[in-house]
Parts: sequence; structure tokens; C-alpha cells
Amino acid sequence: MTVFTPTPPLRLDDPGLGDHFLRLVGDGDEYGAVKVVTTLHDQGVPTQRIMMDLIGPTQIRVGDLWAANEWTVAREHAATATAERALAAIAARNTVRPTRGRITIACVDGEWHALPVRILAEMLRLDGWRVDFLGPSVPGQHLVTHLHQTGPDAVALSCMIPTRLPRAHAAITACRSAGVPVIAGGRGFGPGGRYAQLLGADAWAAGAEGAVSRLGGAWPPPARDPLVHAFLGNDEYTYVVRHRPDLLTGGMRSLRASYPAMASYDDHQTDATLEDMGHVVDFLAAALYVSEPQIFTDFVDWTLEVLRARGVPPVALHAGLQVIHDQLRDYPTALSYLDTGLSHTSTT
Amino acid sequence: MQSAASSRVRTDGPAPALLRAALDAADEAVLLCGTVDDEILLVNAAAARLVPGLTPGGACPLDGLTGALATGADSFTDEYAGRHLAGRRRALDAGHYGWYLRDRTEEVNRAAALQAERARTSFLAEAGRRLSTSLHQGRCLRTTAEMAVAHLADAAVVVLPADRRRNTWLRLAEGGRIEEGTVPESRLADVPGLVEVLGGFPPIPSRWLDAAQAPEWLGLGPIGALLVTPLPGNAAPAGALILARRDRAFTPDDEILARSFAARAGAALSAAGLYREQADTAAILQADLLPPELIQLDGVELVGSYQAAHEAARIGGDFYDVFAPNQPGGDTVLALGDVCGTGPEAAVLTGKVRQTLRALHLVDADPTAMLRVLNQALLQSGRPHRFVTLVVGALRRAEHGRVRLTLATGGHPPPLVLRNDGQVEEVPVSGTLIGAVRETVVHPAEVELAPGELCLLYSDGLTEARGGPTATDQYGEARLRAALSTCQGLPATATVERLRQLVSDWMHGGARDDIAMLAVRAPGRTALSLRDGGAPNESPFALTTRRVRQRS
Repeated sequence: MTVFTPTPPLRLDDPGLGDHFLRLVGDGDEYGAVKVVTTLHDQGVPTQRIMMDLIGPTQIRVGDLWAANEWTVAREHAATATAERALAAIAARNTVRPTRGRITIACVDGEWHALPVRILAEMLRLDGWRVDFLGPSVPGQHLVTHLHQTGPDAVALSCMIPTRLPRAHAAITACRSAGVPVIAGGRGFGPGGRYAQLLGADAWAAGAEGAVSRLGGAWPPPARDPLVHAFLGNDEYTYVVRHRPDLLTGGMRSLRASYPAMASYDDHQTDATLEDMGHVVDFLAAALYVSEPQIFTDFVDWTLEVLRARGVPPVALHAGLQVIHDQLRDYPTALSYLDTGLSHTSTT
Repeated sequence: MQSAASSRVRTDGPAPALLRAALDAADEAVLLCGTVDDEILLVNAAAARLVPGLTPGGACPLDGLTGALATGADSFTDEYAGRHLAGRRRALDAGHYGWYLRDRTEEVNRAAALQAERARTSFLAEAGRRLSTSLHQGRCLRTTAEMAVAHLADAAVVVLPADRRRNTWLRLAEGGRIEEGTVPESRLADVPGLVEVLGGFPPIPSRWLDAAQAPEWLGLGPIGALLVTPLPGNAAPAGALILARRDRAFTPDDEILARSFAARAGAALSAAGLYREQADTAAILQADLLPPELIQLDGVELVGSYQAAHEAARIGGDFYDVFAPNQPGGDTVLALGDVCGTGPEAAVLTGKVRQTLRALHLVDADPTAMLRVLNQALLQSGRPHRFVTLVVGALRRAEHGRVRLTLATGGHPPPLVLRNDGQVEEVPVSGTLIGAVRETVVHPAEVELAPGELCLLYSDGLTEARGGPTATDQYGEARLRAALSTCQGLPATATVERLRQLVSDWMHGGARDDIAMLAVRAPGRTALSLRDGGAPNESPFALTTRRVRQRS
């Protein structure tokens, strides 16, 4: 292993420091990781830069390492937990008194990627906001109760995965119906945040810094009728969601018929296969919900890449798409999305 | 129009007397003009009544008509002496044309009244919609001020009834930011009409209020008109709305509109006040029932997690607690349990059980004794069908970074232990339900955790979570054990978070039961175990371990 000896002064623009920090969090070395960030802070590096230039980018590399099959999911979880400890260590040094309004931050129900949102929470605190961070996977009801009890000036809602868009939509509508404007963030809202507006969000920000400057500008935005954007989806979306169990069990039956080897699968393997097909159905439903085929094709392309890293031929995914396709005869939009997905899996 | 050359009087020149008589008899106002120099040749009686300044050959007092002539337009509208006029030009012969004037004052007034009525209606509708959204008093106050300044006045101050002899106020001036503060109740008398309104008396019409008397603390600056309106509440005013205008006076219509708006604002404010009282009460009652902040122990990782099925209330039938050692080197006691039922009733029982356990810990009862006494206490409480299932553990550190646990259960799923080789073991404890039968049977067990090993206490909400591909399957102990075995080498926080995530994905968002977890871990050599740990990939898609994560 190449050894980077962190000798002060540490420099954020030294790529060696990034590699070192990645190694520390990957080893679950909480002491080492905290030491790096507190040393930087002692040297006078602003907390914002430590979060934006070290902790945030490291987390992205952690995700990449998992996708490339270089890190196990356990190591990824350990790395995230360690990075959160490091973040908490410098956050504890924040002495900025709240001078602006109050902001509620939450991950949408079913969304567990909390680190980017924790960074946003700290960035906003440093900018003088009073911040309530409700955590990962916040059910809509809980969020709305909190809004009525605290009356914040904004809700910052994070969604990293498009399959959570219908729940994000419900949360956005509920927040705006409670009179609180919503700023959306996270990759789940699509390239350039284009689904955020469709779902009725008042604003969208690409990252923590964008959100800080948007909220520091002309806020609140003009009040609009929250019910204008209240309904999305169509009968195809409704069918796919309501028949999710049938689609999965029917799909499993077809797969067993075409792949006799599956007969010898144990429970664990069967669960895993069902879970994978569940993702196909969920991404299809999300694409139908916002009428955006790209959500589905992006999922297919990304899955192919993950498969390639694990030495699995694309035909596995192709078969999964095909058995769902075969069950949706009367749903032209769903079929056209699946056809595009199938063309991606057969040409790759 | 009138030049020196055309000043000659040609009043009756081209118009025979009969023509003149005919035009004077008409109701419509007519000006007869010559095409040369656009000179007015004849003004009929109706036109003279409508525009007294019009004379043949004289200067035209109608700017609209003058403008139409300059541009060659065939029609014009104008206002003259409070009347709205419209005129149309008609060619008559080669040398003459006529302007036909119409009084459209009533039409204009009707349209204006309709428009004003529509604006009032849409303003009140918007007020109703925006004010009804939030149950938070601060937000209602802000919305009230914002809407008042947008539609009714140049500045608005909302003053709330006194609380401990001080009144909270909130102010917004056009183009400014919202400001908030308090003022002693004794100063309210400085503002004309305010004491009456907050005292529940009828409001004083704006025209009787001297705007110049508005005190400096109101922060309104120089103003021309003042209106103080009550915000009606539940049998007592919810506050007062002070509106100020720089130059325009408040008309009686304005006062009526302000009062209609204030009625909506007052209703919203009183609802928010009631909600806050309830929420405050609930918060005080909940404070003791919520999961505790866990104590930090040297050399032991301790992590709890609680998800209530009724998320809005955040209290329910599952609980956990940790009690610090009574003396240095003593045992730390953990408890995790599940009382029958859900909702407030279950929460109250939970509170009693936790308090009883705490007291038993103070007298150094061991886990088995705790369960026995708790059983007696519940049976003697005289209220039947109040059961609880429970795990109690006494924890102490042993040599070489190991952690030793004595565990006892009463009708509760046995804790699981994750060993360093990835094996998951069930702790061999058993015991009967607590609070159900007089004679309890408790078989405690000892567990020793080497560095890096973890013991998980959980409630059956975790294994009985329904979901999966069919949406009705239970998560089950087999899946829990499999999931736990993939957590080998993880810090306890990451393990608990991962289990929460897995079961949440399993349920697909539909939590029906409380889920409590409490993990104890002897901190270990994380770095080594992580590098080659983790689950094998067995799915046909090879994505067994995947939690969906989009490419960054």
C-alpha cells in the first residue's frame, strides 16, 4: 500500500489527502478520519471547504468503488458511518448563531442517503439558518406534523433515487399545502432537477452550495396554489404499482420455465432475484409517473455497468426485462419504455 | 382647433333652423363639424348639457376629442366633469361630419364595481386558502401581514393579546422585511383604537382615528390613515390588525374588506393557538415516553433505533432503555420490550414498565429478578390484559476488550449475536410473557462478545414486517439472520442503520408495527475484517448486495 503520511499543514488540493481520507473511512478508522478534518480545521480551513472538497467527494468515490465491485456493501456502510463521525466532529465546532429563519431538512420516505443532506444542514447552519434535520427516510406525515409544530421558512427535501419520486411528490404537495415552500435537491429529481418543477417544488439546487445561495436570495418564492401540481401518473402507472406482486410472481414463473437452473435456487437466491425484478418494476413505475422514459433507460444502463463490473452477462437483465414486458401487453407506454431497455441490453 | 382665421361666428350658417330643431330634440349629443379646420359648427342641446364648455367655433374642452382629431381617429373616450364620455365620428357630406357623444359613466362604474368585487372575492379566497394551510401561529401571523400589505395597506402590524403583560407584535411594511418584537401591555393605549379592539369592543371607524397619534414604537413612520381591526378568535379576540396607508384614506368598503379578511386571519390564528396548546401538552407527556438518548460507555458501542408505526405520534408500544451503573465498575442494564397494544394506552404502560425497571436497577436486581418483580407488579396493578414481552441484559466489560452480557427474556424473541466469522447465533434464553401468569419461568443466559462482535436486541416488528415481492410476506428471522451476517465488521451504528434500511425496503414504505432495535458491540479491529468481508453475489443479476444507488 502506498503510504501517505499526513504531515501538517494538510492541503485540501493535495490529491494524496483525498486518497488518504478515503482509505481511512474505508477502514472504518474513525479516529484517523476525525483527526484529518480537525487538523484541517485547526489550520484555519473553513468548515465549508472541508465538507465540500473532502467529505462530499470522498462519499462519491465510495459509491463508485461499490458500483465497480471493489468494495463490499459492508465496507461502503462502514465508510459512510465513519464519514458521518468526521462530519459531526467539525460540525460540533460550529459557533455561528442563527440570524436567519428556520429550515427543515429531510430525506424523502424510503431514501437513506443521508450524508449529502447532513452536509447541507451544516452548510446552512454556517450560513446563519436554524436547521432541523429530521434524518433519512422521513415519512410524509411525520414531516408535516413537524411543519405545523415549528413553522419553518423552507423545507429542503432530498431524493437521490427516482423510484422515490411518487413519495417525494406526496411530500412536496403536503409541505406546500401546509404553507411551507420546498426546495428540492438530489439526483433523483433528474438532470438539472427537471422533475422537481413538475412535482411542484418551489426551487431546486444541484448541491449544498447551490441550495445555500438559493435560500439566501429571494426567499420565500411567491405563494402558488399547491394543488396545481397535485396529480401525476396515469392508468399505466396505477396498473404497474397495483400489480407489482403479480408482475413479480408471474415474472418468476416465466424465468423458472426458461431457466431450469433456477429450480435449484435457495431462498436467499430467490429473494435476491425477486428484489432485482422489483427494481425493474419500481423504475418502470417511476418513469411512467413522470412520463420520462429516461429514468428507465438510465436505470438499465447503470445496471448493465454494475453487472459488467461483476462479470455477469447482460442477458440476465435482458431476461428480467422480457418477463415483465410479456405481462404488460395492453400498456403501450410501459411497453415502449421496456422495448428501449431491451434494445440497450441486447446491443451491449 | 380654433385659429384666429376661424374665429368668425358661423353658428347658424349652414344649418337650417329645422335641422337645428331636429338635433336639439334628439337625446344623443351631436357636434356638427366642418372638414375645414375641423371647426365645430353646431352643438345640439344634449351635447351642451353633457359638456357645458362646448360652443360652436369655441375651444374644445375635451382632450380625447382633440387627440382623436390630431391622429385622425374615428372614436375617442374621455372624462369630463366626472362623466365618462365616448364619441364616434360619422362622415355626413363632403364638407361636414358629426361627432356623436355618449355618456358611459354608469357602464364604467358598473364595470369598475364588478372588477373591484372580483378582486375582493379573489383576495378573500386566496386569504382563506393561504391562512388555512398552516397550524403554526408564527406562519399564520406572517401570512396575515404579507396579505394585508399586498392587498389592503402600505404597512401592517399584527398585535397578539397580552401574555404576562407583554404583547407580541409582527410588522411588515411594503418592500420591507418582517420584523417581530414585544411591547409592554401598558403601551397599547398609545395606539388609537387598539385597546378597544383587543378588549373585545367594536372597532372604531378609521375616520375617527388620528393617524398622527400612532406612536413611534409601531414603526410605521409618517402615515396618513390608520385602521385598527379585531382578529376574531374563540370567544375572545385572537389579536388586532393595524393597517396604515401613507396617503389614501380607508373607505367604508375598505373597512368592510379588512374586516372580512381579519375574520379569516383570526380563525386561522385561534386554530393555530389551540393546536399549539395540544402539541405542547403532548410534547410534555411524550418527553418521558420517547426513546432515550443513550449513555456513552467506554469500550462498548451502544446503538438504539425506534420507528413508531404511527409516525405522527412517535410513541407506541415498543421501547428500549439503558441504565448507567449504580457505582463505578457496576453493571449497565439494557432493556428492550414490546407492550401489548398501540397508541397512547400502550405508551403509558411503556412508561410504567421503564420506570419500574429503573427502580429495580437502583436496588441492583439482576435481570431474572427484574422480570419476576415486574411480573408481580403488572399482575397486582389490577388491570387485566396488560402484557409485555421483554429482554433485559446486564452488561459489563471483561478483559482484552471483551464484553459480557447476562440476558433474560420474558416471552420476547431471543437476541442474536453476530460473531467475527460472520456466523449469527441465537442467545439460548427463554421465559414466559410478563404480566400474564403468576408463575414466571425465566432461563437466563450469558453471552461474551469478542472485539468486533455484536449482540442485537429487537422487537418482533422487525421480523413480522410485511412486504417483499408479494407485499404480504413477513420479513422473518431467516432474512434477519442473513442480513445481520452481512454486517460483520461494521460499527454498531452502521449495522442498525443497514437493518433499518433493509426492512424499510422490504416493507416498501408501509410500516404497520413499531420496530425497536438495540445493538451492543465490543469495538473491534474493524479495518482488518472489512477489507475482505461482505456477502457473496448470488443473484442471477449478481446484485444480491445492491442497495440501489445511482451512479454519481
